[in-house]
Amino acid sequence: MNAKSLISITDFTKEEYLKIMRLAEDFEANPNQKLLQGKVIATLFFEPSTRTRLSFETAINRLGGKIIGFSDSSSSSVSKGETLHDTIKMVSNYADMIIMRHPLEGSARYASEVSSVPVINAGDGANQHPSQTLLDMYSIIKTQGTLDNINLFMVGDLKYGRTVHSLLMAMLQFENPIFNFIAPAELAMPNEYKILLTSKGIRYFEHSEFTDIINAADIIYMTRVQKERFIDPVEYEKVKNVYILRNEMLKNTKENMRILHPLPRINEIHTDVDSNPKAYYFTQAKNGVYTRMAIIAHLLNLK
Amino acid sequence: MEKHLKVSAIKDGTVIDHIPTKALFKVIKILKLEDCSQMVTFGNNLDSRAMGTKAIIKIANRFFADEEVNKIALVAPHAKLNIIRDYAVIEKKVVETPKEIRGIVHCFNPKCITNAENITTSFEVLSDKPITMKCFYCEKITSENEMIFF
Repeated sequence: MNAKSLISITDFTKEEYLKIMRLAEDFEANPNQKLLQGKVIATLFFEPSTRTRLSFETAINRLGGKIIGFSDSSSSSVSKGETLHDTIKMVSNYADMIIMRHPLEGSARYASEVSSVPVINAGDGANQHPSQTLLDMYSIIKTQGTLDNINLFMVGDLKYGRTVHSLLMAMLQFENPIFNFIAPAELAMPNEYKILLTSKGIRYFEHSEFTDIINAADIIYMTRVQKERFIDPVEYEKVKNVYILRNEMLKNTKENMRILHPLPRINEIHTDVDSNPKAYYFTQAKNGVYTRMAIIAHLLNLK
Repeated sequence: MEKHLKVSAIKDGTVIDHIPTKALFKVIKILKLEDCSQMVTFGNNLDSRAMGTKAIIKIANRFFADEEVNKIALVAPHAKLNIIRDYAVIEKKVVETPKEIRGIVHCFNPKCITNAENITTSFEVLSDKPITMKCFYCEKITSENEMIFF
């Protein structure tokens, strides 16, 4: 690897997290900074992802860069049987940076070994999606003023949801986080994370349903409970409506509390929440553009 | 009582002792002894006070670097090596679990890139008793009973 890449959230130090937060704030205040003028960025989406791709491409456009790439592997040489190795080798000769999403786990790490230019992982299967975590952190610092002492409620699929695992890992770098996990038993936070929290002396609590305890939350991080995760469909039917956030549940929550969701949402946040000022998920998606501008500028040493 | 060797002695070379019986052929494979042109003798299901039964391998005129032999820690964590010169044991070694395992095992995750392209697998060893290791690529944790050897 010849260049600094972002593959996993733990590739960055606390100082780098904070630098990304500062840069994102700067880009939000001045979104059109032509730092990428004369540069070509490749966005290689081996599987489709509308939100992430558009967010990255908006970030590149705002920075004045040019984009090459594909939004679906059927329109690339992968459909002719080209290996990831060869695709990356070739594209890293053309572009100044590669942003990629790929269905196989570890693909981005491998690409960063093959590539001569920095690689940003925009999702490798169920493994990592670090720019999502950084935009989640930017949304937290923007709404709470700090990343320290955050009481973070994570709700829904805590077993397979890569966003909650990465966010948990990142928040461990900050002072005194408190975690509350709300999930059905089938989708509970994996033991490895609970062991890690215990070993670091960090407090966490587990709940199988929403309770009045959400009034203590600074951030409620909602995720989708997907039917296909359940072995027994009856179990899904039992819990599918337990993890739905409704406006009436928010009346005694803290003033500073904000609701985050990586989107897309299905039904886990009732639409009656959308008009509540504590609903933050659409602004969170917008924050993604500034955060991604910050990541690109940082990795290419433009700021 | 007359001492009788079940696996004949070697003049010079390496004796790998205390191999679990089930791991014998894995050790042969990991050390690539199929390709070894020197005399290799082995015995399996031998009596062992410590293990009940055990396997032993004697390789004439071969001496292994530590990192080479430590690879067998995945299957024979309690193996002991005797280095033989002129029929005498001149050095005893124990196998140590390496911090990093390259090659030897597949990643158990079918969605890992290492199972799709020609990549040497690489794992960080997180604990040695029991062995758990984390794939450098997909970051999934493989436990001892999930290991798939090449």
